Amino acid sequence: MWRRFRRDRTGMVCAGVVLFFFALGLLAPVISRLYGKDPYTLYGQDRPGLLNEYGYPIKPNGGIDGEFWFGIEPILGRDVLTQLLYGIRTSLLIALAVTVATVVTAIVLGVAAGYLGGRTDYLIGRTIDLLLAFPAQLFFIAFLPVVVALFVDPQDETPTYVRVLALIAVQWFLGWMGLARILRAQVLSLREREFIEAAKLSGASPWRIIHKELLPNLVTPILVQATLMLPNFVTAEAGLSFLGVGMVEPTPDWGRMFAIGAKVYQNDLTYMFFPGVAMVVFIVAFNLLGDSIRDAFDPRTTR
Amino acid sequence: MPENPQPTAADSGAGAPDDVARVEAVMAEPVSRGEPILSVRNLVKHFPLTQGIVFRRQVGAVRAVDGVSFDLHQGETLGIVGESGCGKSTVAKLLMNLERPTAGEVLYKGEDITRLSGRALKAVRRNIQMVFQDPYTSLNPRMTVGDIIGEPFDIHPDVAPRGDRRRKVQELLDVVGLNPEYINRYPHQFSGGQRQRIGIARGLALNPEIIICDEPVSALDVSVQAQVINLMEKLQDEFNLSYMFIAHDLSVVRHISDRVAVMYLGKVVEVGTDQEIYEHPTHPYTQALLSAVPVPDPSGRDQRERIVLTGDVPSPANPPSGCRFRTRCWKAEERCAAEIPLLAVPERFKDSDTPAAHESACHFAEEKDVVHA
Repeated sequence: MWRRFRRDRTGMVCAGVVLFFFALGLLAPVISRLYGKDPYTLYGQDRPGLLNEYGYPIKPNGGIDGEFWFGIEPILGRDVLTQLLYGIRTSLLIALAVTVATVVTAIVLGVAAGYLGGRTDYLIGRTIDLLLAFPAQLFFIAFLPVVVALFVDPQDETPTYVRVLALIAVQWFLGWMGLARILRAQVLSLREREFIEAAKLSGASPWRIIHKELLPNLVTPILVQATLMLPNFVTAEAGLSFLGVGMVEPTPDWGRMFAIGAKVYQNDLTYMFFPGVAMVVFIVAFNLLGDSIRDAFDPRTTR
Repeated sequence: MPENPQPTAADSGAGAPDDVARVEAVMAEPVSRGEPILSVRNLVKHFPLTQGIVFRRQVGAVRAVDGVSFDLHQGETLGIVGESGCGKSTVAKLLMNLERPTAGEVLYKGEDITRLSGRALKAVRRNIQMVFQDPYTSLNPRMTVGDIIGEPFDIHPDVAPRGDRRRKVQELLDVVGLNPEYINRYPHQFSGGQRQRIGIARGLALNPEIIICDEPVSALDVSVQAQVINLMEKLQDEFNLSYMFIAHDLSVVRHISDRVAVMYLGKVVEVGTDQEIYEHPTHPYTQALLSAVPVPDPSGRDQRERIVLTGDVPSPANPPSGCRFRTRCWKAEERCAAEIPLLAVPERFKDSDTPAAHESACHFAEEKDVVHA
């Protein structure tokens, strides 16, 4: 498997890019220490000569110079590079958690529905239908404050981890149905194949059939869906933060950088540039990586 | 709604321990001469037909197998022939306990295996294995050949100790005529015939006594069919196997079988040695089947009398009364609609010593040599 994957150059490059992003997120504190800035200090307001009277960077290209590599944020005057690094950290953490939760739920429910059939299948199938009928974006916007309010009194200030958990929970709740449906259908067709019967004949237990015979045949859809889902969750989370229901100030967030960028792009286009390019590169690389992994897992493709 | 024929962990607990001990004792016994190793008594399988989505109710049943009985002796090959949908494959599934029969019993060395579950069933399955019809779906595409053939060893660790498995798998590959070095290849790297050999190797892994072959060659090219059949015959001699060979190709069945049973619409209509069935058929359905066998020699093809049946096979959900073949039989009379003919040696041949004196379920059984006519 690994040998086949290594021969795929696109896959290797994309894997490198994706790993690079995860490394950036993980090492954000280290990098910002080396770089000597943090995402919370309002450099532009503390130091004169960085922002003009309207709050925009004085230097061209969003204030890029030897000290602020990616420029500084208009109005508040924070450092863009560290903000982006910490933003990537927040967004990837949330997206990864949502993906793991979603995939696990989908595997358990999808395989159970397909393999057990009967009432279980009926129950899970109708639940999926019901949840699919929800308008996801509207639901997120409407219910995030509700979920947060369940844990924290609206009078108090919401701790960051509650917001993170709420974001994960809400996206997970409406995220697992697609994959579960695909897996159910796959299991339905696999279940009737003769190799499952052959395994039963040699005395294999249902558990063994599921994890030795069915799951290896489901790796492809699971991986492909998971690698499509993760960038989706990154953009969804960014979208929610953009709309103001995701992470709030001062927690750095990838998506909220677009919100600010959208406000100021007429006067400071550069601020949008780095988060935007980073997101496009990340999502394209991740999607291509998904394709390559699928090819590597399928022994029938020739490479 | 699909049923789940596999017993769940829950029902394997009940009464298992002494069952297991008894079954294992039965297993160890050699079969005495003349005793059948497997006998099937009045096997019935009805699949319920249901209507409605929320409130299901049964509106009828497909009588896939309706009272089938036969014996299989050690080292013998019993062929089962019949057209599509006559219940051949259902019989195989019932014998393998992949489906639970509606009624009847399957006696393996005198032990009714349809009632077993859990560990006792697992012990029986070691001795009864199966070769599947389609070598393209019967091998897991994600497993290497070594994993596929070695899987039974994983499930029954007592057959081969862990360190010995690789060597055992290679031996099996060698036995079925494949290069032992193919052990790390995937099924898609093999041709249909090679895949079927892999399927046979897996069937042999647990040293079974009986192998049920559900149309093992019908998915293969004719040239490859012969190789696989010859391999199976060789293995039968080598390991003293009993085969139950299900097929719709009459010449293949004749080649490999010692005895042949002909099925029509869920019932056995005629049983006998291959000589008796092919040279001296007494049931009109067998005669019609045989007359449809293509003859390689073109001369005399025109003179050959062919029995052409009209109409379709009736629906097994609503089979005809009396003799099931009467709707398409040229001999049918009123008696056929009223009385179900029993599978027995016909009255007129009872005392004679002719090969026609074998079991046939027809009121008007008479000999007719259709192959040479």
